[in-house]
Amino acid sequence: MAFGDQYRKWNVDREKVPSACGLSGVISQDGHMISGDVIIESMGVMRDRGNGLGAGYAGYGIYPNHKDLYAIHVMFEDEAGKKACESLLNENMEVQEAGEIPTSPNPHIEGAPLLWRYFAQPREDIRKTQEIGAEDFMVRLVMNINTTVSGTFVFSSGKNMGVFKAVGFAEDVGAFYRLPDYSGYTWIGHTRFPTNTPGWWGGAHPFNILDWAVVHNGEISSYGINKRYLEMFGYQCTLLTDTEVMAYLFDLLIRKHGLPLEIACKVLAAPFWQDIDEEGDPAEKELLEAIRATYGSALVNGPFAVLVGYSRGMIGLNDRIKLRPLVAAYKDDYLYVASEESAIRQICPTPDRVWAPPAGRPVVGELKGDA
Amino acid sequence: MPGNLVPGEFLVDIDYERCRRCKRCVLNCGFGAFDFKDRTVADSSKCVACHRCVAFCPEDAITVTRNPLAFRENASWDVNLRKMIWKQAETSGIMLTGMGNDLPWLNVFDHLLIDACQVTNPSIDPLREPMELRTYLGKKPAKLKVGKDDGHYRLETPVAKNLKLDVPIMFSPMSYGAVSLNTHRALAIAAERLGTVMNTGEGGLHKELYPYGDHIIVQCASGRFGVHSEYLNAGVAVEIKIGQGAKPGIGGHLPGEKIGRDVSSTRMIPVGTDALSPAPHHDIYSIEDLRQLIYALKEASGYKPLSVKIATVHNVAAICSGIARAGADIIYLDGFRGGSGATPTVIRDHVGIPLEIALAVVDERLRQEGIRNEVSIIAAGGIRCAADVAKAIALGADAVAIGTAALIALGCRVCQKCYTGNCSWGICTQRPELTARLDPDWGAERLVNLVNSWAHELQEVLGALGVNAIESLRGNRERLRALGLDSTTMEILDVQPAGR
Amino acid sequence: MRVISDMTERVKEREAGVKAITLDAKGVYYRDLNENIRELIDRGYQEIVLDGVNGQRYIGDGLDEKVTIVINGVPGNDLGAFMNGPTIIVNDNAQDVVGNTMNSGKIVVKGHAGDVIGYGMRGGRIFVTGDIGYRVGIHMKSFKDQVPVIVAGGRAGDFFGEYMAGGIMVLLGSGEGDSPLVGHYVGTGMHGGVIYIKGKVRDSQLGREVRLFPLEEEDRVLLEGLLEEFSQSTGTSARPVDPAEFIKLMPFSHRPYGNMYVY
Repeated sequence: MAFGDQYRKWNVDREKVPSACGLSGVISQDGHMISGDVIIESMGVMRDRGNGLGAGYAGYGIYPNHKDLYAIHVMFEDEAGKKACESLLNENMEVQEAGEIPTSPNPHIEGAPLLWRYFAQPREDIRKTQEIGAEDFMVRLVMNINTTVSGTFVFSSGKNMGVFKAVGFAEDVGAFYRLPDYSGYTWIGHTRFPTNTPGWWGGAHPFNILDWAVVHNGEISSYGINKRYLEMFGYQCTLLTDTEVMAYLFDLLIRKHGLPLEIACKVLAAPFWQDIDEEGDPAEKELLEAIRATYGSALVNGPFAVLVGYSRGMIGLNDRIKLRPLVAAYKDDYLYVASEESAIRQICPTPDRVWAPPAGRPVVGELKGDA
Repeated sequence: MPGNLVPGEFLVDIDYERCRRCKRCVLNCGFGAFDFKDRTVADSSKCVACHRCVAFCPEDAITVTRNPLAFRENASWDVNLRKMIWKQAETSGIMLTGMGNDLPWLNVFDHLLIDACQVTNPSIDPLREPMELRTYLGKKPAKLKVGKDDGHYRLETPVAKNLKLDVPIMFSPMSYGAVSLNTHRALAIAAERLGTVMNTGEGGLHKELYPYGDHIIVQCASGRFGVHSEYLNAGVAVEIKIGQGAKPGIGGHLPGEKIGRDVSSTRMIPVGTDALSPAPHHDIYSIEDLRQLIYALKEASGYKPLSVKIATVHNVAAICSGIARAGADIIYLDGFRGGSGATPTVIRDHVGIPLEIALAVVDERLRQEGIRNEVSIIAAGGIRCAADVAKAIALGADAVAIGTAALIALGCRVCQKCYTGNCSWGICTQRPELTARLDPDWGAERLVNLVNSWAHELQEVLGALGVNAIESLRGNRERLRALGLDSTTMEILDVQPAGR
Repeated sequence: MRVISDMTERVKEREAGVKAITLDAKGVYYRDLNENIRELIDRGYQEIVLDGVNGQRYIGDGLDEKVTIVINGVPGNDLGAFMNGPTIIVNDNAQDVVGNTMNSGKIVVKGHAGDVIGYGMRGGRIFVTGDIGYRVGIHMKSFKDQVPVIVAGGRAGDFFGEYMAGGIMVLLGSGEGDSPLVGHYVGTGMHGGVIYIKGKVRDSQLGREVRLFPLEEEDRVLLEGLLEEFSQSTGTSARPVDPAEFIKLMPFSHRPYGNMYVY
């Protein structure tokens, strides 16, 4: 099963693959390290939410020995792409360590591309000439590689975190990437049910830019306008899956525009005019009206439940009329969020509290100390 | 030689067995096509097929048909072209006409199909679930700054005044003078009830309508009719009219016959004179002049949202980029199908470009330049039904404006004789015996019904698309597919062909 | 699958001679589990206890027989879907689409339940002690003497009773937490049936097709009967019904969209 450009030709550059699926996530807010097999076990309960055509995970805190370097995960269709990509990387970054991402052969995972990771930091001399910060520099570099190097995709580009994804069922993908070898304070996982032909490796979740990793259950009806809005700010949607816009929207609203997390969620899952009109506090009403009027093109419409990981924590969010399931639970300092309660109960049999977050209101877990 | 070489277009036939000689047709026809000499007699040459007589005949005794006079068919020489030449040979005048382009140019809306959700995404029930159409027109900030004050989030970015519409449909500018005062009254009452706006057009605003100011955009056109400081502050926004779709590049023309006392005092010109608007604003010869006028008007109106109305011509994208940078808050795009009370036929039918294409290129250009948030776009010129509204919004419009459709709701048959001032329906006339026929409250109700129907239909479309807020359709070309358009047009529209 | 105890000789308090069996369902894929359940029913078992359930779907799906299934653990989605007669007791929380298009029978959840409960339900009872999610009771319908009933002890989310065509829903609103008693769009599109809610609801929360009606004596009697049944099934205590504490919602038209179209 090939991937990349072959599928893109078939799909024509524009088609997007809708997402349907199951997700699960856990964070230890005290910073306890959780082994990767925990998230695999949780995902296993939701096997029927996927169809084996894609699954993936993101772990945070998994590269303690390279905490301050960008851990760049790349998939290559062939050596030519790898060469071109590495050349671009070396031009722009100081690569401290490079190597294949460790994998275990798995009978259910076929057609794997070349999977490499690079621990690197931006070359100061190059960054300074572009007059942008390190993070914008990384975003620009990733967009550049993904749009210009054929058959090559950077699928993870954050610090001390990594995305691992493939075509297959969640348990197989987890085993393939040897996730039990890693431990992290946050894990999110996803299993996919794409209805458009390819499960191709790039299309699996999580979608990532910098340290944002997004897994998504649902389909974004507003994708066409979300994408055009993001393109105005230099983001390129190349991965043919609507979830991509979620990752970039979080990056744009929170990192670039500096909106508080709760407000960013109000942009994406906007409150209804009916509720805004009933708001008693005039300053709050003014804020909500301004949010809807200014950020209409960033409103994410259609059913969605998303889990977003970032360096400091994890966010769970539903669309404004809760068309997709999302359940949350607490036990001590651990926060769990998943599509089904059973996925949580598999790894946390006796939670302190279980509840369903209401539509449009984020459930957030954050590290109490440093990342 | 016979004087009139041009045969009448229509034939009026009276069924004398049904006719009960009530003379309603005689009274109702604004064009004098009926007379009564011991029985009702019709002069078909005067008939314009406005159907007023048919609508009011209690016995259904009148039929109006096309004059069946046969012409040799000729694919090159359409009958109308032959007639135009006869008329021009007689008078050496410019052919004048009313309403919008009636030639069979390709209609892009009719080649666009709308998506619907199935299986992978649920459609939404607009009857039972929320479906939001509220729209704000005006300048928006590129981003918001939100601070925290005493535990609550507070907006720190100043936000410019915007126009709030409950539905993304407004009434197009139609001047008092071109249309009757009762028409303006009906539009104002309807705009208020619907939570949208009407537009004065270039004829000023009658004093009586000042109380509806919150639902009126006041227009400043090249003739500056009725433009004074009180007027500029009367409405909720100010619009500079540079051009209109029916006559790009030329000014308005209101014949002296239509300038009665009321029109004269509203426009502030003498009774009986022709009201000719110059082709350009004579203080706008280049883009920086536009900026100058924009700010002059903003100063005079307390910085209300400022709209600039243009006809869609070849370089409309570049023009709009300039207009946005000149300080406008709203750009009103009038496509080549836009209507008018009086316009030269040659201009109406052959000048300008389609609204759909203009919308697509303007929206895209503003995005490319990163300034799409600086202006809202209103699309007008041949918006005929709720499907057109949905497609216009998907191509990038913030809202649409309807002119012809609104007049049709009031009874107009699109007979294209508006410039005569003889409108039997009392819409585009100033003759008091005719204007009395349009009851503003009745008219307002019809307009409210029309816009409400379209709003509900729009909600049905949104529901099928699986979105519950209009902003998720706005600019979302992904939800359109083209059928039967050539590949270049599709590329320009940035719409995929059905099947992809 | 491991059988924990085959208590063929067990005598229950209420029903003597009931053939009962307990199964260890931990880690068993739902296809195998449900197949086993059907097989056991065919063999005459009338009470099946499942231990260690977590996430298995479709338990009780399409069953016709008047058997009892006791679930220890969290069952997966579509519990009792298309069910026609059995009693299912869940000693934990349940997930989404409980009682989907159920025709008759009873489902008792001693905990919370998720979204879209009782969708298209045509008869029988669903009793939940805790909170329920969004879109509960969509298009419930009654037909002749079949009247479906949903009673929840806690709170509900938006779209409660959306497009309801018949049946009875009762929401009691107890439990901790600061979530509202019920969400928005209550009874939106409702054109049959009745909803009782213990507590206050704002007008702005109601769908357009629904109105508040005063409770009559027959409502009080009905509620008391249902709540008595509810408390017996769930093992919670019953309290006498004070009509002043309840509101009653009904559609004010059977054809709410009669004037919508023009020809």
